Amino acid sequence: MANYLSGIFGSSPVAPLQEHMDIAYRCARQLIPLFEAVVKKDWVAVEDCRQTIRDLESEADEMKQEIRSNLPKSLFMPVPREDLLELLLVQDRVANRAKDVSGLVVGRKMELPEAIAEPFIKFVRCSVAAARQARKSVRELDELFETGFRGAEAKLVESMVAELDRLESESDALQSELRGGLFKLESELPPVDVMFLYKVIDLTGEVADFAERVGRRLELLLAH
Amino acid sequence: MEDMQIYIGLAAVFGLFMAWGIGANDVANAMATSVGSKALTIKQAILVAAIFEFTGAVLAGGEVTSTIRKGIIDAASVSDSPELLIYGMLASLAAAGCWLSIASKMGWPVSTTHSIVGAIVGFAVVGIGIDAVHWGKIGKIVASWVVTPMIAGFAAYLIYSSVQWLIIGRENPLERARRYVPVYIFLAGFTITLVTIFKGLKHAGLALSTQQAYLVATVFGILIALIGKFFINRIQIDEKADREFHFATVEKVFGVLMIVTACGMAFAHGSNDVANAVGPVAAVISIAKSGVVGQQSPLPLAVLVLGGVGIVVGLATFGRHVIATVGSKIIHLTPSRGFAAELAAASTIVMASSTGMPISTTQTLVGAILGVGMARGITAINLSVVSRIFISWVITIPAGAILAIIFFYILKAVL
Repeated sequence: MANYLSGIFGSSPVAPLQEHMDIAYRCARQLIPLFEAVVKKDWVAVEDCRQTIRDLESEADEMKQEIRSNLPKSLFMPVPREDLLELLLVQDRVANRAKDVSGLVVGRKMELPEAIAEPFIKFVRCSVAAARQARKSVRELDELFETGFRGAEAKLVESMVAELDRLESESDALQSELRGGLFKLESELPPVDVMFLYKVIDLTGEVADFAERVGRRLELLLAH
Repeated sequence: MEDMQIYIGLAAVFGLFMAWGIGANDVANAMATSVGSKALTIKQAILVAAIFEFTGAVLAGGEVTSTIRKGIIDAASVSDSPELLIYGMLASLAAAGCWLSIASKMGWPVSTTHSIVGAIVGFAVVGIGIDAVHWGKIGKIVASWVVTPMIAGFAAYLIYSSVQWLIIGRENPLERARRYVPVYIFLAGFTITLVTIFKGLKHAGLALSTQQAYLVATVFGILIALIGKFFINRIQIDEKADREFHFATVEKVFGVLMIVTACGMAFAHGSNDVANAVGPVAAVISIAKSGVVGQQSPLPLAVLVLGGVGIVVGLATFGRHVIATVGSKIIHLTPSRGFAAELAAASTIVMASSTGMPISTTQTLVGAILGVGMARGITAINLSVVSRIFISWVITIPAGAILAIIFFYILKAVL
């Protein structure tokens, strides 16, 4: 029998997008146990964390492909398809950066100088907090579609994105503090190690950056 | 006419078959949105559809039936050989019935209205002559096929936008839904009752003055709004499913409204689509009885009842299954959207029925759904499917015409 009427309704990308962000966050979250293990020089635990991050990242990647293939051009949505794809891309970057960080740490058997261990963990936690806030905001996406991106729900999401911005600036501040701390130690450490420490700090900062860009993307959806 | 009984018998059988097909397949499209959004269970949907399809067919189906029966073909052109018109009408029913069976087996989206109108025009042009068709009337009908989905879409856009503005976009949507949903219920009841009284009821032997009509519609609207309010007040907040704004409970409130609009949709469908089955039957009966192309004879109520019965039987035999399948696939349409689409479609269809325009119910509903989509109400609409639907509707017209011509020559040779 003709089920054409039901064919009109395309599959909604909302739940998969939310799930994707969830995975990306869980991926970023592993950076906390990873660096805690680095501080303790527990290399088995570090390797474990990296494996978890790798698995989650590839799960996110697969999911990204699937969401993309379910968003054909002929789909008519309340928001531009390009904006949703862009959101997906930034979400994916959060997971990617977490993987880059973990890869670098394991690849170089990186050790944290004791003097910067505490601020370093603090900085990682703040970056991960930004990712968590990004997930919290993306979890409102279904309600945003329900309300047509207007009214009280839109205001709620705006306030969530504002909090996300605040976390990202906090992480920025911690990052420059950390760089200052590392600068003072530079002369005592092997130069190559210092170089890569800076690199890890930058990449970890980017986790928060991309989390913030998730918020920017959500705001753009609201602006339409 | 000597073969009168045979003709009338054949017409009744063909008409019943057609009505059965409409009940089995077409009603599903009118009811599926309610089942899909869980406002009604399948059993309830069947019950609602049976009652309101029947009342819609009998109370408000007269005008469209008259159009199909005598509005398309110029009676004067066949006054010498009335049997041509009988063959033609029988052929049209057979053609439309066949085409619909093929199409629903293949899963093609077709419209009963388009196939029957295509069939009648087809046999008239070939069997009688190109001047036998009231081309002006056909122009109006075709224009209505373009205009009604647009009107329904625009109405759905406005209705859904008002819902967003009044209820969904607010800080306390649940409280506001409880307050405003009864107003929408009133609106639904009022509009459909009013239009029905104005035009439809005269075939059922009832005639009211304008003031009386407004009064009855208002009373009726208030009555069902009160009943709706009673049920809305009994809805409990679902703490588990809800977050900040209680949207899950808000949708339940809209569910009550959607039951009302589902009734309206079934009524509207009955009022317009019954004509596709019984319009030709009525034509055959009046010619066979009088022996002339009696365009002045009144429409027998029994014909409408026959159509109504056919639709209900179709619904009871196959409709259940079809409604279940279509409904299970329309889960993305929540009651707050579904009602807007149904209310807009039902009002448009009932209005078209009252002016005698045979339109496509499904097409109008699709227009309304697109309208809700334009108001950012639907997460994803598959435009490629929409365009495929519109293309098949266009193909249906010549397909109905060609089949009708074939059946016309067969019947002419046999009878």
